[in-house]
Amino acid sequence: MIKLNVNGTTQEVDVDPNTPILWVVRENLKMSGTKFGCGIAQCGACTVHLDGKPIRSCSTPVSAAEGKAITTIEGLAAEDGTLTNVQQAWISEQVPQCGYCQSGQIMSATALLRDNPSPSDEQIDAAMKGNICRCGTYPRIRKAIKVAAGAKTASTEEA
Amino acid sequence: MGKWTRRAFIGAGVLTGGALVVGVAVRPGNPVDELKGTLAKGEGEELINSWVKIGTDNVVTAIVPHAEMGQGAHTALAQMLADELDADWDKVEIMEAPGIGKFVSADIGREFLAPTLEVPAILEPTVQGSFLKLAQAMNLQITGGSFSIRGTGQRGMRTAGAAAREMLMASAADEWDVPVSEIRTEKSMLIHDKSGKSEPYATFAAAAAEQSLPAKPKLKNPKDFKLMGKPIARKDIPPKVDGSAIFGVDADIPDMKYAAVKAAPVVGATADSIDAATARAMPGVLQILNMGDFVAVIADGYWQAQQALNSVQTKWSATEGDSLDQDAIFARYTAALDDAGTDGGDVETEEGDTGNAFASADIQLEAEYKAPFLAHATMEPMNCTAWLRDGKCDVWTGTQSPLGARSTIADTLGIDMENVTLHNAFLGGGFGRRSEEDAIVMAVRLTKAAGYPVKVIFSREEDTQQDFYRPSAMSRFKAGLDKDGKAVSWDNIHTHLFDPADAPTVPYYNIANHRIRKIDVPMHLRFGPWRSVDHSQQSYFIESFVDEMAHAANKDPYEYRRELLAGSPRHLAVLDGVAEMSDWGRELPEKHGRGIAFVPSFGTIVAEVAEIDMSGPKPRVTKVFCCADPGYAMNPDGFAAQMESSIIYGLTAALYGEISVKNGAVQQSNFHNYKMLRIDESPEIAVKIINGDAKRLGGAGEPGLPPLAPAVTNAVFAATGKRLRELPLAKHKFA
Ligand code: FES
Ligand code: FES
Repeated sequence: MIKLNVNGTTQEVDVDPNTPILWVVRENLKMSGTKFGCGIAQCGACTVHLDGKPIRSCSTPVSAAEGKAITTIEGLAAEDGTLTNVQQAWISEQVPQCGYCQSGQIMSATALLRDNPSPSDEQIDAAMKGNICRCGTYPRIRKAIKVAAGAKTASTEEA
Repeated sequence: MGKWTRRAFIGAGVLTGGALVVGVAVRPGNPVDELKGTLAKGEGEELINSWVKIGTDNVVTAIVPHAEMGQGAHTALAQMLADELDADWDKVEIMEAPGIGKFVSADIGREFLAPTLEVPAILEPTVQGSFLKLAQAMNLQITGGSFSIRGTGQRGMRTAGAAAREMLMASAADEWDVPVSEIRTEKSMLIHDKSGKSEPYATFAAAAAEQSLPAKPKLKNPKDFKLMGKPIARKDIPPKVDGSAIFGVDADIPDMKYAAVKAAPVVGATADSIDAATARAMPGVLQILNMGDFVAVIADGYWQAQQALNSVQTKWSATEGDSLDQDAIFARYTAALDDAGTDGGDVETEEGDTGNAFASADIQLEAEYKAPFLAHATMEPMNCTAWLRDGKCDVWTGTQSPLGARSTIADTLGIDMENVTLHNAFLGGGFGRRSEEDAIVMAVRLTKAAGYPVKVIFSREEDTQQDFYRPSAMSRFKAGLDKDGKAVSWDNIHTHLFDPADAPTVPYYNIANHRIRKIDVPMHLRFGPWRSVDHSQQSYFIESFVDEMAHAANKDPYEYRRELLAGSPRHLAVLDGVAEMSDWGRELPEKHGRGIAFVPSFGTIVAEVAEIDMSGPKPRVTKVFCCADPGYAMNPDGFAAQMESSIIYGLTAALYGEISVKNGAVQQSNFHNYKMLRIDESPEIAVKIINGDAKRLGGAGEPGLPPLAPAVTNAVFAATGKRLRELPLAKHKFA
């Protein structure tokens, strides 16, 4: 039995400790927002936060999450369903196409903006280049990150 | 172009509870009454395709017969319907038509043959028998060929919306005893200004179904559009930002088990024997199956299944393909082209006397081009969940062809199609890959063998190595130019033709003598439609060679194309549009270059300019300008998104895309050796849309792709003087 804290809820799962977090979240905890894309830490579709840091859940064993907090895409919005700035910007900029990569993109962008509220283009590239999008939504991802950054700092900066 | 001469056949009915349902089918030259009975029987449950439902809560449901794979078809189609219906957009819901008999009947399908209708051949292998005919006539429930908006939307959704509106107005006129001409509609309300009466649509839903069916409802003029032509937010986006969108791979069936699969690395081989001793002892493993053409491990979890499968040793049978390497494949093409010589092969189009015109031309130009195999690499790996029980099979997946899949499933299991239910989810990318049924057939065979529900997920490696590839191809050109550089002859021969038939042709260019031929060379890998299909190779060949002609003529490549397009104002407007937005001719820094390409495809005219920076260690495309005329962009923001998407997809292929074969098997396996463009390499993209003819709609999902590769390679030439006659760029060294 492994004790996991996912999106603020602690639960026990009976899995092989080597199982990647991705599959535990998807299959045991039935949260399907985190996606499988490559299985070898190449595409970022499986990105979740482990104690706030973006990680590739396809390549991180669940044993590494014991005693730490996992946040998945399902855990971003507020209790009342209010979306985060990043999620809202994703809608306002009409970012997703097929949408399959977008949970991972949003998790990476969320971590970026938390650490760096107004990233430069280079910083955006550096933080986001681990996330592949086959639908080519990159130009809109860039825009949405800036929109979300603007929303965050709107009181101090010009949008 | 086939002529859109079909008439719409409209049926209406009332569902239990009082919802109005209006369905439309399209067929040339048949009287409405003949089909009315079949279209709307009794409670309206028998409609062959119910495209709009107006509920008692006044919610309008657009029932869309196409899959949503990111192309925005659900929203754009609903927009078309809702606009004609004057529906309140905030109360419009979208439902994907399930691939079941209520929406399509085989008998009706047979009736609906429309031989004049041009249907992209991408659709053909995916449907069989009567469904093929149905698809040809109605384009129903197959998503591909950039066809949803221009086919289903233009003829079906709009007609359904307009018909429903007219029937509602007629009912209100009866009830209120006023002339129908005094009734107007707005936001799902019927309004009679003189008497001040107004009622929601729902009030008259049941009565409307009793109205006689309008034979030809009046469609709006573009000037009256309220939703069409507007950049309306897509309804499928909110669930795609909070993790709630359900894709095929997310199917969750009680007690399902997970399968990892490995198909024969060389197509056609079978598993002679397997050694699964290690796998059998691994945790969670339930069954290890030699299915002949593939090996499967079923386990409690997918990861367990995949780990166990990795340890299975399989002896595959020998096949003819075992000795084949990539060079041998191209050598085969070369030999076949040599064999065809100056007069062999199948002539696709011919006009004038190409041989003589070339022989007497002042400038003679020849070139040969190559393009590699490509995988689709949809972000969501192929997958399917199937559950066979009591002779009935339920299947959960994301497919571009739910009807074709259903028929294949029925065939595979030897059961009646009525006993197959297909639950189609969002598609995590399609690009043509999800018109194939391989993963579906595997899941169905496995649930049959195992006796419980099974979810098959391809590993990325399996997805990469078991694709239906974009064919590799070669093409040879000869062109004759007169002393002023004007093109007098165009002679082309190329390998393979898949679809669409116009891909290798250039009817829009004024060249008096031209001849285009093809040769079929047997191909060892399975091939299938890949975003823009043959245009993806042919346009690279054609637009590179036109660039070579321009330089041979000592002319600016943009000006040269202007001359070739003289007399075609719509084409010229697009070409001029891209030149203007890219500020063609503007000075660029040292080792930078720009290239232009022009390709009409899938009914949409597109020109692109790419700017490239060759000063660094590897080529970097910095900007792409795209000007496109789709006739009329139903959702301009969605259309622009498709251009952006095609440009990035095309750029991945142009820079990196190459599937190669060694000993008969595909060498690439995952994103580390089948590279994808990432955000740090993503160019700035500008898109300009021209609404050139609202009566002739073009596609959106594919036409942005074909001009990209030649625009990039032409830019490389401009920057370095090096002509790239083979893709991808990664194959070339730039000192
Ligand atoms: S699935 Fe984890 S990085 Fe691709
Ligand atoms: S939106 Fe489809 S892969 Fe990113």
